[in-house]
Amino acid sequence: MVTMDDYTGLEPAWCPGCGNFGILRALNKALVELKLKPHQVLMVSGIGQAGKLPHYSRGNVFNSLHGRALPVAVGAKMANPELTVIAIGGDGDGYAEGGNHFVHSLRRNHDITYLVHDNQVYGLTKGQASPTSDEGFVTKTTPQGASPAINPVVLAIVAGASFVARAFAGDIDYLSELIQKGIRHRGFSLIDILQPCVTFNHKNTFKWYRERVYRLDEEKGYRPGDKKQALEKAWEWGERIPIGLIYEQKRPAFEDRLPTLGKGSLVKQRLKPVRVRALLKEFE
Amino acid sequence: MSVAANFMIGGEAGQGVQSAGIILSRTLARGGYHVFADQDYESRVRGGHNFFRIRVADSEVGAVSEPIDILLALNQESLELHKNELSGAGVVIFDEARVKATGGERFLPVPMDRLAEEKAGSRIMANTVALGDCLGLTGCDLELLEGVLRDYFGEGKLSEANIEAARAGYEYARENFKKISPVRLGTLRRKKGLLLNGSDALSLGALAAGCRFMAGYPMTPASPILEYLASKAEAMGLVVVQPEDEIAAINMAIGAAYAGARAMTATSGSGFCLMVEGLGLAGLTETPLVVVDAQRPGPAVGLPTRTEQGDLQFVLSAHHGDVPRVVLAPATVEDAFWLTVKAFNLADRYQLPVIILTDHYLATCYATVGGFSLSQVTIDRGELFSGKPEEYKRHALTESGISPRAFPGLSPALVVTDSDEHDEAGHLTESARIRAEQVAKRLRKMVSLRGEISPPELYGPKQAELTLVGWGSTYGALREAVDVLAKEIKLNLLHFRELWPFPAEAVSEMLSGTGRLCVVENNATGQLARLIRAETGRGIPWKILKYDGRPFTPAYIIEELRKGES
Repeated sequence: MVTMDDYTGLEPAWCPGCGNFGILRALNKALVELKLKPHQVLMVSGIGQAGKLPHYSRGNVFNSLHGRALPVAVGAKMANPELTVIAIGGDGDGYAEGGNHFVHSLRRNHDITYLVHDNQVYGLTKGQASPTSDEGFVTKTTPQGASPAINPVVLAIVAGASFVARAFAGDIDYLSELIQKGIRHRGFSLIDILQPCVTFNHKNTFKWYRERVYRLDEEKGYRPGDKKQALEKAWEWGERIPIGLIYEQKRPAFEDRLPTLGKGSLVKQRLKPVRVRALLKEFE
Repeated sequence: MSVAANFMIGGEAGQGVQSAGIILSRTLARGGYHVFADQDYESRVRGGHNFFRIRVADSEVGAVSEPIDILLALNQESLELHKNELSGAGVVIFDEARVKATGGERFLPVPMDRLAEEKAGSRIMANTVALGDCLGLTGCDLELLEGVLRDYFGEGKLSEANIEAARAGYEYARENFKKISPVRLGTLRRKKGLLLNGSDALSLGALAAGCRFMAGYPMTPASPILEYLASKAEAMGLVVVQPEDEIAAINMAIGAAYAGARAMTATSGSGFCLMVEGLGLAGLTETPLVVVDAQRPGPAVGLPTRTEQGDLQFVLSAHHGDVPRVVLAPATVEDAFWLTVKAFNLADRYQLPVIILTDHYLATCYATVGGFSLSQVTIDRGELFSGKPEEYKRHALTESGISPRAFPGLSPALVVTDSDEHDEAGHLTESARIRAEQVAKRLRKMVSLRGEISPPELYGPKQAELTLVGWGSTYGALREAVDVLAKEIKLNLLHFRELWPFPAEAVSEMLSGTGRLCVVENNATGQLARLIRAETGRGIPWKILKYDGRPFTPAYIIEELRKGES
């Protein structure tokens, strides 16, 4: 029996009231409800306040470099596909420093889940603009105002993602449900999580989001399989902000295309030098 | 050596210079000869001037040599550039339809295009006609070439047509050049070995060592490793990925290694630049990793298809902070196999990055090797955790500095690690005490690691008036220079294959009794000399440095030594 106690890690060092607490709780809840034991889970994070999350939960943990959570995560997944691999990072980590990895990991459709704590600002380095900061957002490094933001949800759909969701850190149950769905999805699942930053972002607060977000699955006639409809929802921002599963598509995961993995996890295969003998003949 | 010959095939990119070179080399190797071949090509897909040099002898050869006995000139430029490099009895084979040449008996026109079309049905096989011609001229057994063509093209029409082309060329030479014989190459009764290049040997070494994961971004001259391993992935049970960039490549390999697979990546200088961040990550998280840096002249893009030994100082200190590491530099094609096996074992046992420094020359030169005794390959995964899973600490403090490994998901033990400084359990910390303990623990691994490193090889007499000092791929040329000059002066060679941790004590001792020293390096500043000075205090003012992107030949080294002596 797996309980929330199994997923209680170190005491978080986040600011009181931070949106990260909700994400941590939602993730732990999802893992418990999926009946996964901590040792079956690998959390790979980047650097930033979000990158600390795995230490505050429990499981196998690889807290990697800024922007590099995805390549480490997919490398581990390919070596041992039996692991449930969850990559975790913030908007700066994933969409700026790790932007190249983001686009290509979802294009290749590795079978992992990526949680992005999107608070539209840099927290750990104290308040600089991020790729998702609103246009004109004035910070110490952008006195002239930030450049137009990227929309990670649109980017993901266009780049060929097979599972794209947007969630809100203040709606823990719904977020937890989406994380479960993402983990069960075969292929790359992106969950961009709207996360209030109580210290550096005074615009996009819990209150601001609560007044705007609505659940997509309560929207009549919405079909996440329809790319055109999905792109429309992905662009919606301002008065109303949709949360939920925006786009889903069934296609083979990268790991499904690797014939070697059909024979099981790489880490369980025996190493036999003599197998090279057959290859040496080609050089005679 | 009583029988020796030098061939050169010259042409433009796209004319099949490389294929012809490999086929001829393999034919001669099957004839029982020792073969050494190198290639010179431009960074383009069509045009330019490329050549493939083959040296063949009845005793061991480790470098190419001049002058040329048979020049196969596929275009005019090849003839013009190399006709002055011919030996006394040297000849040029060419097709008058493509190359204009006059000047006597040594110019041997062969209607390659016409014979290929008439006998084999297509001019595409003109090079095969020429290869047949080379065999006819040297008296080499045509059946050897037929066998190689069958293996190269596979059973079927294509190989049969090529065999017809080869026969046509062979007969043409027998009929038309009866009196001309630049060199005789009868079949030798010798146990035949393998013919392969440095990339092949390194890749086979990785497979023998149980490499299960390779991620690499294409870059000359490292790409052949990626391509070869990808071609064998299914048969050999490994995963090979071409990711978005070198940063992803090294991080994927780190992820796979953390999960428990033996993992590697391969690149060249500027790709290695991008990997430096990941190198530090492997160091701090104590993740075993093998990184191949197949050097080419830098900085930046440099000369993509040329050679240099310019990355030594870079890889020794790449990354901020003190990162424990190993640096190995194979000296021969055979070494590339065995040092790769060693690299994987050291990486696992000491849980750190191991860098294999090759270069364009070693990666692309072909040599005959007796074989690889696979029963000699040992796989040592290092210390594995066997205690109670709930007590597992990935970075436990130990006397040796080595913390036993566990693999995530294979037991209830949780494997926690962090690129931040971390405590024994792998959680991030800012404690001054723990930081100092973990740094010291990681560096402590270097103590026993030093015992694993072989001292440099001393070739030649123990005591000498002159000692040449080199490292990596220059070995063959240096060794031959020593052999040639041994008649004139008492000299030897101190050659490094394992560069870090630096075997300082052994080197100090070896250098203490020497006479004059001369370092020979394929770079502009004498990077090994700097390392020796830093580690032993012994300076080497006399340096023969070559940084034009071309490899050393024995003749070049001898000439430079003579200049320095006078």
